Order: sequence, then structure tokens, then C-alpha cells
Amino acid sequence: MKRVVFRSRWLPYALLAPQIAVTLIFFFWPALRAIESSFFIEDAFGFAREFVAFENYARLFADAGYLKSFRTTLVFGVGVTALAMSIALALAVAANRVLQATTLYRTLIIWPYAVAPALAGVIWFFLMNPSLGIVAYWLDLLGYDWNHYQNGDQALLMVIVAAAWKQISYNFLFFLAGLQSIPKSMMEAAAIDRAGPWRRFWTITFPLLSPTTFFLLVINFVYAFFETFALIHATTSGGPSDSTSILVFRVYQTGFVGQDYGSSAAQSVILMALVIGLTVIQFRYVERRVNY
Amino acid sequence: MVENRPVATFVTHAVLIAGVVFLCFPVWMALVASTHGPEALSKAPIPLWFGDQGWQNYRDLLTTGLPEAGGVPVGLMMLNSLIMALGITVGKIAISLIAAYAIVYFRFPFRMGFFWMIFITLMLPVEVRILPTFDVITRLDMLNTYHGLIIPLIASATATFLFRQFFLTIPDELVEAARIDGAGPMKFFRDILLPLSRTNIAALFIILFIYGWNQYLWPLIVTTEEDLYTVVMGIQRMANSGESLPVWHYIMGTAMLALIPPVVVVLAMQRLFVKGLVESEK
Repeated sequence: MKRVVFRSRWLPYALLAPQIAVTLIFFFWPALRAIESSFFIEDAFGFAREFVAFENYARLFADAGYLKSFRTTLVFGVGVTALAMSIALALAVAANRVLQATTLYRTLIIWPYAVAPALAGVIWFFLMNPSLGIVAYWLDLLGYDWNHYQNGDQALLMVIVAAAWKQISYNFLFFLAGLQSIPKSMMEAAAIDRAGPWRRFWTITFPLLSPTTFFLLVINFVYAFFETFALIHATTSGGPSDSTSILVFRVYQTGFVGQDYGSSAAQSVILMALVIGLTVIQFRYVERRVNY
Repeated sequence: MVENRPVATFVTHAVLIAGVVFLCFPVWMALVASTHGPEALSKAPIPLWFGDQGWQNYRDLLTTGLPEAGGVPVGLMMLNSLIMALGITVGKIAISLIAAYAIVYFRFPFRMGFFWMIFITLMLPVEVRILPTFDVITRLDMLNTYHGLIIPLIASATATFLFRQFFLTIPDELVEAARIDGAGPMKFFRDILLPLSRTNIAALFIILFIYGWNQYLWPLIVTTEEDLYTVVMGIQRMANSGESLPVWHYIMGTAMLALIPPVVVVLAMQRLFVKGLVESEK
């Protein structure tokens, strides 16, 4: 809070007007319309619609395909988060140990942050292509038959690796910042008490990193749930047979391709509830900081 | 490092090098593939070293429209991406700066109400409410326009928060001094606050530029005219070309062209980028 402020009857409103206008028109209006149309069933041409209360929701939760999407999203989210965070943590701990070369390694590690998820997807799609992808070829030499056009689990694995590949840099930067804020004297004291590097990591470094880890957990889940639409759309398009159809992809698929507005709106509302839940968790716990 | 252990040092470097190889290898393969002709990429194993078609491929991509890409030259798509990215970046920074200024430096009714309204937008990513937003754009007749691409994406809770946090750290004495010298609110904003915010603006610029350049879903639904395609979105048309076989040397060339501008921005302004990213999110 500022003690000294300016006085004006209209100026603050004028300054806020552009931001508020965009927010109202492009955030609140669509969100309210999503809630509204989730209670209606509309014909494909938009001529008639019928109030159906919660029928769209009921239909969704009775739909095996939708429930499978939930499971796929969860596997995808856990896979991406676990892979991207563990690799990033290992790299950050290592980069923090090499004193002179930290900046050099940082440069070599951070650039994938700038690569769009869609491009990450397309490039991995090329590497894994069953007929000419180099990684698929190597897997074949090892006797492993790779074909994500037919095998749903392999397709899911491919999009998990591509999504995690892009997210490592982001996690790396936050872990590195967290590690650099741990006082050296603590490590030295532990070393004098004859705690080896492995033990020091688990008893000092890891607990002190817990606020960073928690923050990244939420961010990675939000990334995997909502920002990977492009990656899926540009590569597998949800296939084969729905095995990579995560929830955000389904909203689009139902609304734009299937033209089922009521169902798509109901899915939007469920997803909004999910994001709000995640954001609330993040703020409650980040405020209270898991501290020692 | 606390103690000197050669084995541990060796393992450390091995981990880092493995990580760097894992991160660089896909883009290396994309770069290599973009320098070959279609024959070299028609059967496994594909070459691991550069071919001699590089200039040819990139010239074709940048200047002539390929039927696989909807007939638009990638050069035009990159220009569209640039316009969209700069529009989003400048727009977000401008409206967030003045909104944060109003919230920090004025007292007025419903101040916190407005603050929460902006805050809530954090929770509504465009992917989640895609269909009703598309509907709004259609009603406002903003399909297939640059402002339709840009304006819906310029509200930014993150940028508003960052500037608010920063303004709160600026000492009150500066405002007092400015007021004693007879400076009004807009003069204070222009001559004192803006120059002080330079570093924050620059750091945010990098992050928002990448955000804008990498947009995918929004251009996908707002543009149906090929002249307005952006490069990150346009590549998908080549990869999913339907019956014809994908032209991998062109697709990978386009991928390289699409990822070079943001990657160059990150690497060239690395220190500002790291500072901006770590501070704006925490």
C-alpha cells in the first residue's frame, strides 16, 4: 500500500479501461456463455435450442470416451511432469556443481523454452516416424517395433516425451535459481560432519527446494493439461482411436469438428473448474511456503 | 563444490552432456533434414549429416508458395507471426502498465474489485473456453483480421502483477518530491515511473514475444484466409497433408524457420530473459 497517492475522479478508471474492456469482452463474456450453453442442447445450425439442465454433464460422465480422456489426461500430465521435472532437477544439480561452466551449460539447456509446443511435436513426430524416423530406426535395430500410427500407448509415450522435452528448460531455470539461493555454508557444515554428497542432497538440498518443487508441480500440470493442445493437434490429432485425446483437445474436437456445442461448453466448464482448482491450490500453498 | 572428488566431477559433466545431447539432437536432425532433397528422406536410415539442397530448400520455402502449405510462402507466414507477436507484446505491456499504475497510485471505489477481475483471467486459458470466444469474435466481425488475432490475447494478469509488484517497491519519497515540484499524475508516470521500469519492460518483452510468436490455437481458428496464416500454425497443414506423403525436407525447413526467431531472442538476451522469467512467475 502506498501512503502517497494521486487524486483524480476519472483518471484511474480511464487507465484501467482498456484492460477491463478486453477482460470483459474476451474472458468474462465467453466464460458466461460457456456456462449458459452447457445447459442447452442446440441443433447444428443454431436454429433451435432446448433447455436441458444438467443433461449435457450427465451425458459426458456416462460417456466412456470422455472418461477415458480423463484417464489419458492424467497419465499424460503425470508422465510429462515426472519426466520434465526429474531431468531438469538432475541437470540443475549438476550445473550448480560445475562452477566455471554453469553459464555455458545454462545457455545450451535453456533455448528449448522458446520452441513452440507445436514445433516440438512436429519434430519428434519426424524422429519417431515408423518408416523413416531415426529413433524408430534405432529402436528397430534393437528389436523393438515402433508404430505410433497403430499402437496407442506408443503414441501417448511419444507426445509425453515431446511435451516434456520442451518443458525441461523452464524447470531447469527455476531449480537452478532455487539451488543458487541455498547458502554454501550449510553444505560446508554438513560436509564437515562427514555427510557425503548423496546424503547432503536428500537431507539439505531437496527439503530446501520444496517450495520450488511445489510451484513447478502446479505449473507443469497446468502446462500438460492446457498448453499442449497444439502438440496433440499438430501430430496425432488425438489418435490412434482416441488414445492421445486429452481433455483440451476433446473440447475443440467436440465443438469444432463434432459441432456439439452443448457438450463442448459443458467440457469447457469442467476444465475451468479444474484450472481454478489448480490455481487456488497454488496460491494457498505458495503463500504458506513449505519452509524449514 | 564442497570437496574435490574427481569421480563426482566426471559424473556431473557426463549428466550435463547427456542432457544437452537429448535437448539438441531433435533440432539437429530437423536442421539436417532441411538440407536434403526428398530422395534422401524417403527411406530409413536417413542421413545424420548435411546434404547439399539447403539453399534450394530454404529459397523455395521463403519465396514460393508450396501447395502443401496452402500455397503461401513461409516468408509471408513469418511476417504474419512477427506482426502478431509484436502486437500482442506491445499491447500487453501497454495496457498492463497503465492498469498497474492506476491500482497502485490511486484510491478509488471498486479498486480491489477491478484487481480481482484482472486476477481471475489468469485462470481462463483460451484453450479452455475456445468455442464461446470464437463465437464472440464472429459476432464482432473480427475473423481474418490482424486485430482479431491480437486484441483478444492482450489482457494479461501476469504482466499487471509484475508491474504492480515493481511499483510497490518504488519509494514514496519519489512521488512526494514529484508532487512538491508540481508534477501531475501523467507527468510522474511518463518522466519517472516509465524510465525506472525499463529493465522490467525489457525482460517482459522477451517472454511475451515468445508467447505471442508461439500462439497456435488462436490463429488456427481466427484465420481461414491463407494470407493471414502464421508460421507455427501453418506447419500443421504440411504435416497433416492428408493423402499425399508429407514433404519432410520442407516441413523441417519450416520448423527451423519458425523456431529460429524466438530462440535467437532468448539466447541473445539470456540474462534479461532468465531474470524476467524467474521473477515474473514467483
